[in-house]
Amino acid sequence: MTAATPTSPHARLEASDLTLGYTDTSVVRDLDLQVPTGRITVIVGANACGKSTLLRGLARLLRPRSGSVLLDGEAIHRLPTKQVARTLGLLPQNPVAPEGVTVADLVGRGRHPHHGPFGRWTSADDEAVAEALTLTDTLGLADRVVDELSGGQRQRVWIAMALAQGTDLLLLDEPTTYLDVAHQVEMLDLLAELNARRGTTIVMVLHDLNLSARYADHLVALHTGRIVAEGSPHEVVTEDVVRTVFGLDNRVIDDPVSHTPLVVPVGRHRPRQPAPSSTVSPASQEIR
Amino acid sequence: MTVTLGRPAIAEPPAPDALDVVRRARRAPVRHHRRLLASLVVALAGAFAARVLLGDFTVTVPDFVRIVGGEQIPGASYIVMESKLPRAVLAVLVGVAFGVGGAIFQTTLRNPLASPDIVGISLGASAAAVSAIALAGWTGWPVSAAAVVGALAVALAVRAVAGDHGGFRLVLAGIGLAAAMQSVIQYVFTRVDEYDVQLVLRWLTGSVNGVAWQAIGLLALALAVLLPATAWVARSLRATELGDDAAAGLGVGRGRTDLLMLLGVLLVAVAVAAAGPVAFVAFLSGPIARALNRGRTTLPAAGLVGAVIVLAGDYAGAYAFADLNLPVGVVTGALGAPFLLWLLARGPLDAHRGRRAG
Amino acid sequence: MTALVPTRDDVARAPGGGQRRRPALPVSVAISVVALAGAGALSLLVGARAVPLASVWDTTHPLHAVVEARLDRTVLGLAVGAALGLAGALMQGLTRNPLADPGILGVNAGATFAMVVGMTAFGAAEMGQFLPLAFVGAALAAAVVHGIASLGRDGATPMKLAITGAALSAGLASWTTGLLLADRKTMETFRFWQVGTVAGRGTDVLVAGLPFLVVGVVLALAGARLLDTLALGDDLARGLGRRTTRDRLVIALAIVLLAGTATALAGPIAFVGLVVPHVVRALVGPDHRRLLPFSMLAGAVLVVVADTVGRIVLPPAEVQVGIMAAVVGVPVFIALIRRTGRAL
Repeated sequence: MTAATPTSPHARLEASDLTLGYTDTSVVRDLDLQVPTGRITVIVGANACGKSTLLRGLARLLRPRSGSVLLDGEAIHRLPTKQVARTLGLLPQNPVAPEGVTVADLVGRGRHPHHGPFGRWTSADDEAVAEALTLTDTLGLADRVVDELSGGQRQRVWIAMALAQGTDLLLLDEPTTYLDVAHQVEMLDLLAELNARRGTTIVMVLHDLNLSARYADHLVALHTGRIVAEGSPHEVVTEDVVRTVFGLDNRVIDDPVSHTPLVVPVGRHRPRQPAPSSTVSPASQEIR
Repeated sequence: MTVTLGRPAIAEPPAPDALDVVRRARRAPVRHHRRLLASLVVALAGAFAARVLLGDFTVTVPDFVRIVGGEQIPGASYIVMESKLPRAVLAVLVGVAFGVGGAIFQTTLRNPLASPDIVGISLGASAAAVSAIALAGWTGWPVSAAAVVGALAVALAVRAVAGDHGGFRLVLAGIGLAAAMQSVIQYVFTRVDEYDVQLVLRWLTGSVNGVAWQAIGLLALALAVLLPATAWVARSLRATELGDDAAAGLGVGRGRTDLLMLLGVLLVAVAVAAAGPVAFVAFLSGPIARALNRGRTTLPAAGLVGAVIVLAGDYAGAYAFADLNLPVGVVTGALGAPFLLWLLARGPLDAHRGRRAG
Repeated sequence: MTALVPTRDDVARAPGGGQRRRPALPVSVAISVVALAGAGALSLLVGARAVPLASVWDTTHPLHAVVEARLDRTVLGLAVGAALGLAGALMQGLTRNPLADPGILGVNAGATFAMVVGMTAFGAAEMGQFLPLAFVGAALAAAVVHGIASLGRDGATPMKLAITGAALSAGLASWTTGLLLADRKTMETFRFWQVGTVAGRGTDVLVAGLPFLVVGVVLALAGARLLDTLALGDDLARGLGRRTTRDRLVIALAIVLLAGTATALAGPIAFVGLVVPHVVRALVGPDHRRLLPFSMLAGAVLVVVADTVGRIVLPPAEVQVGIMAAVVGVPVFIALIRRTGRAL
């Protein structure tokens, strides 16, 4: 777990002095980030800390107010957007599956950046789609209509679409929303395997701090648009950082399964002690 | 739920039969789409033939061929060349333009209600054209230019009001502007002479009757430019249908979408300039074509459906009632509104399949 | 959906919209009376030909005939405006929908269509015959729009009501046009009526409509308390012991009488019913016992002023009230969409 450090020899995607915002407010301020190549980077933070904004900025969906995002050393906003799309894939938080579209068709749309002005569908495209479906274990769904799939299946199909794009970098905005806990783990396992197998650089925003600590090689903690801590999960997930970033009183213990940090909130509530029956009735009636 | 938890690590790269599975899954919709287009072309040809040959004055096929070939057949020649044929040709052109234009709007804005006739684009073109005719006394191509300007102005206004929110705010803003445009047309309606009422009625409801070959030629020329351009730009629809962010991720920027919308506005505007705002054709064609295509978007089929609707509507308007020649817009409006109401009654339109972008 | 039309608490809490900022009731009454009198006076004096004040009461004055003609349209404008303002406030309260308006929700189109059917099919020619037709058309249109928009799990959202109203209006307009094309004589009468105007109608028209307006106003003002409970939502209102279906029917009857009569008298005028209640709500608050009477007054003022301005804005032609109302109404409509857009 110590292999990933911010000073990766060469970062293909980096932000330098980046400020991002919407009409009149800056959400991300003067931020520097180097995305370690071939690793999984997870961005965490409280609601409205700017983590989704940062991801959108890295994916050139938002134009920087100042500073820049560099892809292979060039400002990403000056590159032709189709050329970027052949290197960097994105799975946004709310993709829309067009009505009636089949899985094979949807995944095939990931090939869009590889088609020229008169681009025709080639057997290379078929191969890319077949590989993406196989990798995400959705080949059996190929002729199904996306609307009819379950939430977990649908999310895998979207990831297959991003894979069919055939990019070395993959950015995902909360890929586990709408999924129950079993499917969240399933989804993150899939991404970790992709990273291990294909060396795809993955950057994602996640809500769950403990799952982030388990799956991230490189963890970035954001607070009010700035990086508070960055590094391996062991370096980042400390009681102090969690208190700063989430405003949560907490303990950090060792995850018995993965031996990554595990955050346990302190809170105020404690379970009621089993009390002798004689003292229960008057008190509880009064409370009611 | 067919997901199995704790699967082994990722499977090996695709086996040859995986390729077959993908090819089969990909080709099935394409083949269905081709069959659909073919049958729509047949239906269109049938409707066209019926419109030209049948009705209160029947023309035989050999006669028709001779007339079009330039031979003069007393009576028949005039009726075919000055009434039936131009009406049918115009109906096809207008129908295609409205169908494709409407489907562009509905697909790009991901909302079946956001069709140009509901969000005021058609009425904007109409209001500009009718003002140019009745108040400024223009004729010929400047009227078409005015219609295009009117459509663009309303489109920009709707866009400005809706801002980035798109969707439902855009539809509501469009309804408001459509009401305003209607007022403009009604105002002009009170200002014209009695014999111009027919003319103004065209700009209120839409009609393919009594249009000169010259105007039809102008429309054909415009479509000859706009339709190929649309086919070219619309390839990006495969990406933009997935939402703005996903489309950007695939390398399709907002500019592409805006260009496609512009083409949609122009298609509708030139059609309105020729035949008036034929009610509900732009709104109906897209969803009907989509339903025929197993729920998938298709611009060419939408255009063909639009052409069939206008042809059939014109035929019904001309011959359904004995001594009453109803403009096609009255027919499509009278039949289209119940369809829209049915659509509203049937489905939770605003619960757009659970998740909605933005 | 309750949040769309602000409740009393919402308004009290809203910045700048608190109770204290509003003028006191006597002030509001005084303002309204002055506005009403001013609008009436302007309407008598201003026009293609301005007349001196003296000609109003001096029956021998050479311009007195002009004043008399203007008196007709002024009185009609007051009546129609009051009816539309009140109907709009009732609709917005009943549907809990800020975009409700007899024009947008298809009620005017229903009345129009029914009247044209009457003209062409039964040869109706007098106001006494038009009025019942207008009521039937308005009631049917309102029932269809509300019925269709209420289907589905989320009920009658502003969005669905507006779309359904637009769809019905467009369809009815096509049917109306079809009927008119078959009957040129009706068309000539109709094209000046369909734009919405209070000019040149004559006194007998108003006399025929007045009883229905009075009944509508009485029902509406009596129903103010019902609307205040209905504003809490059907479930809560029922919990407070109201019979919501009966309450709704009373209000709906008032709306049909008011909007139907106004349409029969002056033609379809949109946007008055939309704009007036919003302005009034900002001034006197959401309590229907105040909102309704003030909407009535403000509607009367708006229509009379719109009519007066329409006489001089594009000389020598007159711009009809229906169009002037759209000129005022569309910006307000758009502002409302922008403000409530998120909730839609």
